[in-house]
Amino acid sequence: MMRRIRWLIGAGAMLILMGIIIFCPVPSMLSWQSNFLSRCFIALLLCSFFCLYRVLRGPTAPDRIVAIDILGILIIGFCAILSISTGRDWYIDIGIAWALQSFIGTIALAKYLEGRDFDE
Amino acid sequence: MNEVIGTIFIIIGLVFDFFGCLGLIRLPDVYNRLQASTKSVTLGTCSILLGIFLFRGFTATGIKSILCLLFILLTSPVSAHALAKGAYLSGVKLWKGSVIDKYGEDLHKE
Repeated sequence: MMRRIRWLIGAGAMLILMGIIIFCPVPSMLSWQSNFLSRCFIALLLCSFFCLYRVLRGPTAPDRIVAIDILGILIIGFCAILSISTGRDWYIDIGIAWALQSFIGTIALAKYLEGRDFDE
Repeated sequence: MNEVIGTIFIIIGLVFDFFGCLGLIRLPDVYNRLQASTKSVTLGTCSILLGIFLFRGFTATGIKSILCLLFILLTSPVSAHALAKGAYLSGVKLWKGSVIDKYGEDLHKE
């Protein structure tokens, strides 16, 4: 019984979040396309908040490292959408640099978790 | 026409991103979270980058987005594998509902 109540509360919260994403008024309503891209930003920000929750609440160190890795991949998509919504093409360069840095950092942290030194 | 197909690809990517991050919150274990979120978020971001390529065509931005897609597609499984091995060797226990542990058997046999 308790589990069903919790499930219903969770489903209601998810429906409210999706409703906010679909129906909320966005500041830039100049054309259909900028409107749609603003909604893309809201959805990606929601995913980033999920990752930040796992970073804050994760019981062990590998949980936090996994969440930071996922956050890095999300930010690449964020930069890609920014590059067409603002019309400035150098945002995709930030995405490529972020992908390189995220990969190197994750590999180094995984080696640290394994208990080895960095120069082996 | 290209912009419509690109918009559809971006929407598919957003849906995959959302469900991957939902799995990051809901699942009970490090390994479950890793295998749920890494695959779907990688596929979602690759789909967004493919949509950007369809928006821009064969210009500098389109080629750069294809380059970024290939790089993510090659490096994300490598980092996930390294993280899973590191988490196992650092002593994180499996979830109590897990049924099989081949890597632990191999590790204790030697």
